[in-house]
Amino acid sequence: MITSFLPLVAAVLFAIGAIGVLIRRNAIVVLMCIELMLNAVNLTFASYAYELRSMSAHVFIFFVMTVAAAEAAVGLGIVIAVFRKRQSADVDDVNLMRW
Amino acid sequence: MEPSVLSLIIESLVKVVFVIGLVMGGVTYMTWVERRVAAIIQDRLGPNRVGIAGLLQPIADGLKFLFKEDVIPPHVYKPFYILAPTLIFIPSLLGSTVIPFGDSIHLFGRDIPLRVADLNVGILFIFAMSAMGVYGIALAGWASNNKFSLMGGLRSSAQLISYELAMGLSVVGVLMAAGSLRLNEVVEYQSGFHWNAFTQPIGLLCFVVAAFAETNRAPFDLPECESELVAGYHTEYSSMKFAMFMMAEYANMITAAALMVTLFFGGWQVPGLSKASLSPLAVSLIQVGAFLFKTAFFLFLFVWVRWTLPRFRFDQLMDLGWKALFPLALLQVFATGLGILKGWL
Amino acid sequence: MLIINVIAFVAIFSALMVVFHRSPMVSVVFLIVNLVCIALFFLFLHAQFLFAIQLIVYAGAIMVLFVFVVMLLNLRQEEEQRPGWRIQRALAFVAGPLLVGALWTALWRRGRSSEAFPGGFSSGFGTAEDIGRLLFNDYLFQFEAASVLLVVAMIGAVVLARRRES
Repeated sequence: MITSFLPLVAAVLFAIGAIGVLIRRNAIVVLMCIELMLNAVNLTFASYAYELRSMSAHVFIFFVMTVAAAEAAVGLGIVIAVFRKRQSADVDDVNLMRW
Repeated sequence: MEPSVLSLIIESLVKVVFVIGLVMGGVTYMTWVERRVAAIIQDRLGPNRVGIAGLLQPIADGLKFLFKEDVIPPHVYKPFYILAPTLIFIPSLLGSTVIPFGDSIHLFGRDIPLRVADLNVGILFIFAMSAMGVYGIALAGWASNNKFSLMGGLRSSAQLISYELAMGLSVVGVLMAAGSLRLNEVVEYQSGFHWNAFTQPIGLLCFVVAAFAETNRAPFDLPECESELVAGYHTEYSSMKFAMFMMAEYANMITAAALMVTLFFGGWQVPGLSKASLSPLAVSLIQVGAFLFKTAFFLFLFVWVRWTLPRFRFDQLMDLGWKALFPLALLQVFATGLGILKGWL
Repeated sequence: MLIINVIAFVAIFSALMVVFHRSPMVSVVFLIVNLVCIALFFLFLHAQFLFAIQLIVYAGAIMVLFVFVVMLLNLRQEEEQRPGWRIQRALAFVAGPLLVGALWTALWRRGRSSEAFPGGFSSGFGTAEDIGRLLFNDYLFQFEAASVLLVVAMIGAVVLARRRES
């Protein structure tokens, strides 16, 4: 029961995160939406770990958290650096290397 | 006899009420202790008028806070402004629930373990709760919409995240030696005066300093720091909301002191108690008493340090956290690992 | 089951608020609510260790970074609208439900076929001991690689956030 319900919740959370990445322009909020998506994936991992009685998925969640921490640190570092240069945290303002 | 569900529920309820009552009572009387000890250190008398030796002063203060006008300034962001005091208070209470305050007591024909919750991630739960406590301060600072409050919130989030690392690392040695994250097993490992304070003094030092920083107590009270930031994150708060911040600070202190005792000073263990021939009930009560006594000593240490040491500058605070405590705690981890490898521990 | 439904509702509601609220600070707070909900799910799924590190690492450390940066930059102005924004927005709202559908079909099929694993939990399921055993035996190389990743990220963040001396 729980394992067929939670992946659905995770899918919805992932989609909300994806929509957020598409429609928001504030770089910090975009980073947060990525965290949302990573968490949805973690939830799926955890529910399948529960269903398959296997802990390998827990190790994957552990690694996802590690990567999320690294991503947040570097991502926010970039946001601060950009903000210093342009006084804005809008992703559309960072278009120098676009083409 | 298998205990019925009802009696288990009653048992848990009694324990929850006991622990929360203990923490709240501790919070109430710590304000009195703080003011009296501060007065003694500064060669004054302190509050001594309400009741014998001023013992009713905390109740008078509480009533005053309740009846004061609750001012909500017009420029604040209301939802977070109201949420923040609760957000800081609840985690500090929850953290105290996993600390074992005694072994187990034999009452009504069965053994009752003296802790509210025995999680197999015990210590991590306390860290999780102390990590959640940051948001109360940060949100209070942000929602107040005031530059001093914002600075207080900023400082507090930077400070807590830095010292959480040192605190976590300083505990790793203890957990390695005990081989468990359950606080009760950590306590049992220290039986017979085999306290971690003797085997891991560097870890103890780092833990105590980090705990002072985590509870925002002087010399690390930069988030409120009245000489620079008026009152920091709670500048805009009044009446009961302000009291919530105060209560949360003391509740955090109590949890931190109880944690120091549990991790480094043998928790409820009393050396040599098993040799004395006492009834099991008396042994249990003495153990609980010993735990409370040790915790009270560390609470006194908190007050003592606050009124003795001057406050750090913010850059000094960061230097201490990252350049002194962090490497020292790492050193302790390596030393403990070596000790386990060589069979010294 | 009711509790799980309530948590799921709170999780989805908070996720929506993260995406649709204008103030970054409110978004951060709702993301924290969302992460706490996920941590509670972990607790229901017998993953106590993950519950704890979800709260410590995710809700405790990563989100504090976000709170810190939002307060540091003090972002209060709203996002302005640009040309082409409406089309992107409309497409996003079409793509979102499609994504849910696609994910759900994939996950649902998988969920049905797995009823061949009805066994009970091992006593150490979800504890720090068992995760440690897996990490240091089967996944040792990946674990070390993760530590290198963290070091690189740390250096990167320090270099990026450093003020240039001029």
